[in-house]
Amino acid sequence: MTNRDKSKSSSARRVGSDLDFKYKWHPDLEMNSLSLAKARSVAACLLRCARHMHAAYSVSDLPETHYMLRQTCRDFADKELVPIAGRLDREHCYPAQQIKMMGQLGLMAVSVPEKYGGTGLDNLAYAIAMEEISRGCASAGVIMSANNSLYLGPVAKYGNESQKEEWITPFCDGLKVGCFALSEPGNGSDAGAASTTAQLDGDSWVLNGTKAWITNAWEASATVIFATTDKALKHKGISAFLVPMPSNGLSLGKKEDKLGIRASSTANLIFEDCRIPRQNLLGEAGMGFKIAMQTLDAGRIGIAAQALGISQAALDCALDYAERRMAFGKSLTKLQAIQFKLADMALALESARLLTWKAAMTKDNGRTYTKEAAMAKLAASEAATYISHQAIQVLGGMGYVAEMPAERHYRDARITEIYEGTSEIQRLVIAGSVVKEHGEK
Amino acid sequence: MAFRVLVGVKRVIDYAVKVRVKPDKSGVVTDGVKHSMNPFCEIALEEAVRLKEKSLASEVIAVSCGPQQCQEVIRTALAIGADRGIHVEVPANDELGPLQVSKVFAALVKKEDVGLVLLGKQAIDDDCNQTGQMIAGLLDWSQGTFVSEMTVEGETLKVVREVDGGLETVRLKLPSVITADLRLNEPRYATLPNIMKAKKKRLDVLKIKDLGVELSPRFQVLSIDEPPQREAGVTVESTADLVKKLKEIGKI
Repeated sequence: MTNRDKSKSSSARRVGSDLDFKYKWHPDLEMNSLSLAKARSVAACLLRCARHMHAAYSVSDLPETHYMLRQTCRDFADKELVPIAGRLDREHCYPAQQIKMMGQLGLMAVSVPEKYGGTGLDNLAYAIAMEEISRGCASAGVIMSANNSLYLGPVAKYGNESQKEEWITPFCDGLKVGCFALSEPGNGSDAGAASTTAQLDGDSWVLNGTKAWITNAWEASATVIFATTDKALKHKGISAFLVPMPSNGLSLGKKEDKLGIRASSTANLIFEDCRIPRQNLLGEAGMGFKIAMQTLDAGRIGIAAQALGISQAALDCALDYAERRMAFGKSLTKLQAIQFKLADMALALESARLLTWKAAMTKDNGRTYTKEAAMAKLAASEAATYISHQAIQVLGGMGYVAEMPAERHYRDARITEIYEGTSEIQRLVIAGSVVKEHGEK
Repeated sequence: MAFRVLVGVKRVIDYAVKVRVKPDKSGVVTDGVKHSMNPFCEIALEEAVRLKEKSLASEVIAVSCGPQQCQEVIRTALAIGADRGIHVEVPANDELGPLQVSKVFAALVKKEDVGLVLLGKQAIDDDCNQTGQMIAGLLDWSQGTFVSEMTVEGETLKVVREVDGGLETVRLKLPSVITADLRLNEPRYATLPNIMKAKKKRLDVLKIKDLGVELSPRFQVLSIDEPPQREAGVTVESTADLVKKLKEIGKI
């Protein structure tokens, strides 16, 4: 009997349906050594507090629904994304058809409540789906991430009822995607220094300035954009707005030629006296910086999951090659130098995955997750860089040529250490959190 | 006049897994191996769900026989569109063959007032290709096997069968047993919302004895062996050499 089965036949069956779905207890490997009776009493005890806790002990295996969701996304990625990812990358081709299919599956609005047309799942489900999609195609992953976390996330959290209907529902089915415009040519990590301005003129806001590095810019039908409404208040004078695309006074910059995630578009948004209705202010005036930071906290879980997907694809590629490639009369997997590499790669991946699931679960439980999300993103993106780098090493010359996907994984991995907060910013966030926690002791 | 459809969903070792034989040759290694729904069962299920969507079927019931883990396959079927599931529990060690499964289905058909049984043409683990035929025999129903196209026409079914050397079109009187071939349809993916909804659908668990079916095996598996390793070939220079070699090994 496997662990999953054991947990099902034990006390997990007795609990109510929502608990059964969300917090089913899955014993980790150490539990194998316990007697079943003891395991049962431990399980019952854990289940009693499970409603309030959703912590690391339960991340060793997934609840049944999440497991099924993972299988579905995995099958979809294997059949629909893996075969075309190389071509999409070479031709810088936006996978419109695949994004539409992902919309039909419910992947383009995973955490949006069902009443607005979303799928209504938790963040753990989002992280799992994101990993599997990114394993198939990292570009499809970033398109999905930008729509889910960066565009729909803030609208769902800060939009009023009529904004939600107008700006969420049409963006759930994969036919329309949104984008998020925070960075500028003159500021990235220092988001408070935004120089784009929004001025109230009668019943309109007038936007002026340039936003840089905007994922989905060329395909997007709407954007959440951040602009200064009161320069004197610095970051507390930044507000968020919803702008339909295309709009008069909003033009797109050239499509950037990128190292990786080349099937997604990245471009500048240039606002020149772009007028939008007064009611397109998202949240209240001056809340922009807070909205941006909270959006990025959530987005980091998505990017961590994207990095996991790229890492898994790179590791699978290395394993596959190492098994078939013969050297010194045996397969590479029999050589210790390669074995050590594979072990370190698998370890980095699994550690980052646990951190990512933990961050998602912490968010699902309604607790502060800034530190967890930063740790997950940092660990997963650095793991992706490391694993894809080592994967090329395992493949040798074959890793360096475009005939095999290893070089694409290496190029795709790199961005995960940069966007939605660089590795350096994540370290600042983590340090800030641990110092604060220590002070509160 | 919509009818109730019973669909068989068998849990098998995933098609992508490299199957290994146990050292004692008593079977194949299943512990810790990825399992999923038999691909031909997926096609049968898809067809049943389409019948439901066209209001030709009143209800789609997914059935699986075997150990506890079969419920995962039934949940997948519920996520794809079956209305409810029945798990006929049989301990993992007990041998279930096509005859025993057919008897279970025949009993369920009577219990649930079923009008159509849809199955895969065979399972990718034992490749028996017997269950559909046996159910039809036990119930004395019409059967359409290896079906690549089917249409309901009133009280009858028009089916296209993939037979050796071509296609055969036959008309069957309902109730009937249909087994799906590869080209019948392309199964859909379960959508995320439907995966969630599947959790709330009914899944009944029955013991095989509740259905009055005995598990006495009619045959005994003596041994299971790996296919022989393919040996290296020989390159020949010319046709004459080839003929000479073939003569040497007594093939011509």
